[in-house]
Amino acid sequence: MLYITTGAFAAVGAGAVAWPFISQMNPDASTVALASTEVDISAIPEGGILTVKWRGKPVFIRHRTKKEIDEAVATPLNQLPDPQADKARVKKPEWLVVVGVCTHLGCVPLGAPGSRGDFDGWFCPCHGSHYDTSGRIRRGPAPTNLPVPEYDFVSDTKLRIG
Amino acid sequence: MSGPSTYVPKSAIGRWFESRLPIIGLVHGSFVAYPTPRNLNYMWTFGAILSFMLVSQIVTGIVLAMHYTPHTDYAFSSVERIMRDVNWGWFIRYAHANGASMFFIAVYMHMFRGLYYGSYKAPREVLWILGVIIFLLMMATAFMGYVLPWGQMSFWGATVITNLFSAIPLVGEAITTWLWGGYSVDNPTLNRFFSLHYLLPFMLVGIVVLHVWALHVVGQNNPVGVEVKNVQRDTLPFTPYATLKDSVALVLFLIFFSWFIFFMPNYLGHADNYIEANPLVTPAHIVPEWYFLPFYAILRAVPSKLGGVIAMFGAIAVLAFLPWLDTSRVRSAAYRPVYRVFFWVFVAVCIGLGYLGAMPAEGGYVIASRILTLYYFAFFLLIMPLLGMFETPRAVPATIADAVLAKKGPVMNPAE
Repeated sequence: MLYITTGAFAAVGAGAVAWPFISQMNPDASTVALASTEVDISAIPEGGILTVKWRGKPVFIRHRTKKEIDEAVATPLNQLPDPQADKARVKKPEWLVVVGVCTHLGCVPLGAPGSRGDFDGWFCPCHGSHYDTSGRIRRGPAPTNLPVPEYDFVSDTKLRIG
Repeated sequence: MSGPSTYVPKSAIGRWFESRLPIIGLVHGSFVAYPTPRNLNYMWTFGAILSFMLVSQIVTGIVLAMHYTPHTDYAFSSVERIMRDVNWGWFIRYAHANGASMFFIAVYMHMFRGLYYGSYKAPREVLWILGVIIFLLMMATAFMGYVLPWGQMSFWGATVITNLFSAIPLVGEAITTWLWGGYSVDNPTLNRFFSLHYLLPFMLVGIVVLHVWALHVVGQNNPVGVEVKNVQRDTLPFTPYATLKDSVALVLFLIFFSWFIFFMPNYLGHADNYIEANPLVTPAHIVPEWYFLPFYAILRAVPSKLGGVIAMFGAIAVLAFLPWLDTSRVRSAAYRPVYRVFFWVFVAVCIGLGYLGAMPAEGGYVIASRILTLYYFAFFLLIMPLLGMFETPRAVPATIADAVLAKKGPVMNPAE
């Protein structure tokens, strides 16, 4: 009994000491505090994409054209590997805001005209994932859609991410 | 096989010291009197070459750490300063960067040697598994070292490889954030990689000591694959025989190494790594260092994120089970006519996967990667177990001395 009690206390003690050494590797207070970014979106033309940095990652703000919105809305959900309706991914149909990090292995997908992949959205050059105009995965190894970060329209021309 | 040392110091001081700390006797027993099979060929010199490369990497690395700054704002320019301003910095850095490649060339030769001559088979299972652990540690060390110059390939290589862990269900994201110390690869990541890149080589030294210890307990395998039966007839003392053979091979290897350092120092690197890391722009074509390419091809061959990651780690993990997957009673491929064919196809497949890993992940390249990946796993999981049952091996010589005699005429033993 005495041995078990001693052993149990030693195990708890070892765990209590090990935790700080594990936890120190998690994001520190100053990293966590990098909360939000405000962006002026008035200069983005229709069809254009602005890339901003948020929490060390790129965020794509895309001013979608009528055609791009229609494409995204018209896609049947059963054609999507990660089914999600377009209207669940936007606050205003003409503005799409997604984290610009491929959900496969973290590359930044290409969005310049001509390199947008087979679905007019984004194409990840690393391992060949194609995203559509709603940032949804359509083909390739990426398992999920480009995530939509938390954001708000402060005004018609200002966006706050985070 | 080594047994208690028979070393007796000649001087009185030597005897006094030896009776208090028998370290000279240990070295003498392990590297002078130690009996080595008399038929070892040059493929057995890579152990010594690898030991040399580990020391070389540690020495050049310690010197580089004196001039390097592990901070995202300064890392890239501190490496440029090493190249331009630090006395002989260019030489030390090129020796370190190319040294990593040389280390991997030697380790792959060493591994294929083991695979051909059945060096993993009983009683050398623990020796082999220690080798697999060394290989894993080498890969981790090399990967973190490549991140330190903070070029585009450093950054994006680090991003892709750390994201592999995000494939783990449920806890993947949390583990990746924990590895990064943030929400992307950033300064905390660079700092910890530098710390670990300095630590791991010394852990490697520790495992290498265990590897050599295990080797000296069971003795070396040899091209014939039969155990030493008579130490007098079958073996020669390590010094001078193995020592000098290793030295000749090491000199040749150093010439090869120097050719890279002095004439083509950037041949094995990637031009994009001379562009400073930019978290907003991924290079059009991300490739890891050449020694990871076969595993990278396997990762990309599988059309699912988790599946690709499992296949890639599985490709390395399967090596650890080799001693039990190979069912053949004969050790050396020299007496296994069918295995020998499959072995050389396997070598070609590994080189092919390396080539495909450097190509874009599309069209025919992906299909070819899938076929070669299938062979890679079939070699270990189907061919190895089945071949041992169906193959008829050729007659194996009774002893090492018999094999040497059959080839070269009477054995002259210098000890007699």
